Amino acid sequence: MAKSSSSKISESSTIDINNLFLTFETQSEPVHALSDINLKVEAGDFVSLIGPSGCGKTTLLRVIADLEKPTSGSITVEGKSTHQARLDKSYGYVFQTPALLPWRNIESNIHLPLEMSGYSKSEQKKLSQKYLSLVSLTGFEKKYPWQLSGGMQQRVSIARALSFDPDMLLMDEPFGALDEITRDRLNEELLRLWEQTQKTVVFVTHSIPEAVFLSSKIVVMSARPGKIIDVIDTNFPKDRNLDIRESKEFLKVSQLVREGLKEGHSDGS
Amino acid sequence: MEANRLFSMLIGGTIGPVVILVTAIIMIWYAGAVYLNSSFLIDRYEKNNIEWTFSQLASDSWSMERPVLPSPHQIAKELKKTIWDKKITSPRSLVYHSRVTLSSAMVGFVMGTFLGIVLSVGIVYVAALDRTLMPWIITSQTIPILAIAPMIVVVLGSMGIIGLVPKAMISTYLCFFPVVVGMVKGLRSPSIILVDLMNSYSASKVEVFWKLRLPASLPYLFASLKVAIALSVVGAIVAELPAGAQGGLGARLLSGSYYGQTSLIWAALITASVISATLVTIVGRMERAVNNRMGLQI
Repeated sequence: MAKSSSSKISESSTIDINNLFLTFETQSEPVHALSDINLKVEAGDFVSLIGPSGCGKTTLLRVIADLEKPTSGSITVEGKSTHQARLDKSYGYVFQTPALLPWRNIESNIHLPLEMSGYSKSEQKKLSQKYLSLVSLTGFEKKYPWQLSGGMQQRVSIARALSFDPDMLLMDEPFGALDEITRDRLNEELLRLWEQTQKTVVFVTHSIPEAVFLSSKIVVMSARPGKIIDVIDTNFPKDRNLDIRESKEFLKVSQLVREGLKEGHSDGS
Repeated sequence: MEANRLFSMLIGGTIGPVVILVTAIIMIWYAGAVYLNSSFLIDRYEKNNIEWTFSQLASDSWSMERPVLPSPHQIAKELKKTIWDKKITSPRSLVYHSRVTLSSAMVGFVMGTFLGIVLSVGIVYVAALDRTLMPWIITSQTIPILAIAPMIVVVLGSMGIIGLVPKAMISTYLCFFPVVVGMVKGLRSPSIILVDLMNSYSASKVEVFWKLRLPASLPYLFASLKVAIALSVVGAIVAELPAGAQGGLGARLLSGSYYGQTSLIWAALITASVISATLVTIVGRMERAVNNRMGLQI
């Protein structure tokens, strides 16, 4: 019985969204944040949600994370309800800001989710060591967040999201507040992490180069109502680096995304 | 060159400005003593047909038995007499009276802090309490403490509760308010993103409280405690006024005014303010220690 159900999970998509709507009731008029969303994300995918601000890409991510409830439609994560997936700690969430607790040092910030999952002190220590070295921050354990730059803080928050080894990483414009140089470096680093850890990543961004460079699948969205315009698959080698941005293939995909965004824009207005 | 260095030493450090200010206050005080005591003295000179000079007026006004405003050295003498020369168990010792006031202030402070924290947790976590309690808490502080203190003392006295408890309750009454206001704000201070972070880990309400809301509220708590601890001394002294209490700085103030012994009143006032300042400093030190431990910038 258990065996058959587990094989069923591996057959179905990691994230499966069907006819999903989400409407926020406001005092003036209802806001249709998400309209008829259909999306499948397979295990190991790197999916970017891209679109203008207000297109509901962050809302969609929050629905997947069970931080927001859909008005109608269905969504399953690893074959379970989003609520169950959250309880099972299926995902690590990386916010727009690092969201580190200022009174905890770096190491103990990474311990936060581990404490609540009942890891022993020595396991916590081992895991924080492992993931700090993965984001190249070994030696910063005892520093406090304010002593680190914005880019370093965001790397800590990625290490924290990975620390309890969830199957998925949900990232909400994690590099949006960083300068371009830092952003490029972190993009390469994230790609390497994705390759090493084999996580399924859902990544919200409004940068076309970032989406094309990182993703195996790009979901183009438009605003008012927030809906999916196009899903573009990319086929870049996994060990790519930033040089690929000069290649013909890269420019072609970028062009596709740009056209999708334009189409959504003319639809919306 | 030398003068320059002396000048920068005076205004540059922390001690220099304080010394200058204290000196100025003492000088103004002496002048004020002459001004306020002179009308009585001049009356007396004229009645007795005594020729007087200004220097005589000044020296007389600084050494009166019952001056309107005693001079600083008279207060210092009174302080030395009642703190240093008396046995600390004697009812004429300010140390004895300070201890009485301090003990009810501290009991009131601890109870007020505890009550304040409990109420704030209730207000933050129970929506009904938020709507029902807060108006009453604010109303409670609009009643002048001087009006309600005798009531509390008399009512509790008739129930057989006397001594330290009624006085401590008046301190509690003053203390809990800043703690409630500060802690409610502090417990609500974590940003939405941090609350979302905890939710993404499926954290329970208890975990959110201990790992997020409580640590986030500590800076607010210490700001409130500084206000509360000073109020606790005020509360204890006010509570000693109506009861005809035998001990305490409040009782001392009262007997000073009965007998027109202003230097005794001033000595008690200065003792009370030194106690309050010391207590606020201690809370400040505790705050700094906690901040250091939490790695927060000061």
